Amino acid sequence: MLVLGGLAALILTSPGWPVVRETFFSWDQFKESFPDVLKAFWFDVRMFMVVEVVVLAFGLVVALVRTTRAPALFPIRMLSVLYVDVFRGIPTLLLVYLIGFGIPALELSGVPTSAVILGGTALALSYGAYVAEVYRAGIVSVHRGQRDAARAIGLTESQALRHVILPQAVRRVGPPLLNDFISLQKDVVLISVLGITGEAFRTALIDNAASFNYTPLIAAAFCYLCVTIPLARTVDRLSVGTGGLAR
Amino acid sequence: MSAPPVLDFKSVTKAFGEREVLRGIDLEVAEHEAVALIGASGSGKSTLLRCADLLVDIDDGDILLDGEVITDPSVDTVAVRRKLGLVFQAYNLFPHLNVLKNVMLGSVQGQGIPRAEAEEQARSLLARFGLEGREQDRPDDLSGGQQQRVAIVRALAGKPRALLLDEITSALDPELVGDVLEAVRELKYEGVTMLIVTHEMGFARDVADRVGLLHDGGIVELGPPSEVLFAPKQPETRQFLRRLLEAGRM
Repeated sequence: MLVLGGLAALILTSPGWPVVRETFFSWDQFKESFPDVLKAFWFDVRMFMVVEVVVLAFGLVVALVRTTRAPALFPIRMLSVLYVDVFRGIPTLLLVYLIGFGIPALELSGVPTSAVILGGTALALSYGAYVAEVYRAGIVSVHRGQRDAARAIGLTESQALRHVILPQAVRRVGPPLLNDFISLQKDVVLISVLGITGEAFRTALIDNAASFNYTPLIAAAFCYLCVTIPLARTVDRLSVGTGGLAR
Repeated sequence: MSAPPVLDFKSVTKAFGEREVLRGIDLEVAEHEAVALIGASGSGKSTLLRCADLLVDIDDGDILLDGEVITDPSVDTVAVRRKLGLVFQAYNLFPHLNVLKNVMLGSVQGQGIPRAEAEEQARSLLARFGLEGREQDRPDDLSGGQQQRVAIVRALAGKPRALLLDEITSALDPELVGDVLEAVRELKYEGVTMLIVTHEMGFARDVADRVGLLHDGGIVELGPPSEVLFAPKQPETRQFLRRLLEAGRM
């Protein structure tokens, strides 16, 4: 409390504060730009939700492939390892550039060139690699005895996975998965580099360029916080809830 | 011609790397018979049961179920497991499912029994083992003895040809052992065929028709409890029983 108070006093008494207040925290500017930014933010939210669904499904498939033991699946198992290593190792922004500008440059017929689809693909590929690893950690954390018991009662391998292993694995990785959602929700701004209009950060930037005032960016940040803070509290609640389950 | 034994081990061998765990096991378990295998930790008792339920592949020999070889690579392992019920030392109940669903999962998914029929069967089995009213509880909410009884019921739900009991009282507090022992006595009374691996002399004495001592991967002595436990012929059996006596476990 003391530290926060001291910090506030320091900022508010600093010689540049009146200028900063005007360029970052102008109430008039906020009122003016907020409707635009909010509308644009709705695009971010939709983008986030679509990409998230793809990431959840795709990451699960990659994790399942990585954890199978069937010798026949060795080649695609190696492929999934390669995918995770490569896509988790490349900065997401770089990936957005590579896919967003690289794919259209190939001039292949039938391949989408829409910046929205390519940007979404780049995000999905990047986050799919993270989420696959989260799922995998969950799957391997389920005790071996559970698989034994599932097989002993006459389930096939895939039934054991579906009814016994996965339900327990997914419950355990709920909090880390939500953590990745929060991160993805913020990283949607990265696709703005592809020149997508109607994206919140970009809209705020355009507003900023028009008025030489940074307040629209604060408006955008406010929008993000309205989503990410409730998500973070959900993570906290889930973490407490699964503390008992992970025994 | 008399019926073949329910379970028949013929010269079964199994090694984990360099370590030979089973060295040519021969053992028959007849219909309605209960055979108890005793022996020190690491003598291969649990491995033998896991081999019978095809959770572990054997290296050599054969295991037969009702006269049919089940350890051939061409055999449908899932179909064999549906004919056997294995109960684990650590219960291995499914923590995300309630008691009723733990019992029903194998019947509904594995055996394809209609849900309503499986539920009725599960409820009556649970009631028989004193678990009435606990159907909706999670395994974590039950005592160890109750959990193990649920595990027994789960294994029985598939109407197995034989029950394989793997050290089912070892993880229990001493005061809860009686609970589970009583359940197994009940099973014996009903004529369930059982192969029991145990440290618990109560099982061997009260429930088993025959007791075998597993030592160093082989069965060194096999016979009625009155002989093996009270008039052992082999030095290994005498030594094992003496140690149990010294540890106050007999």
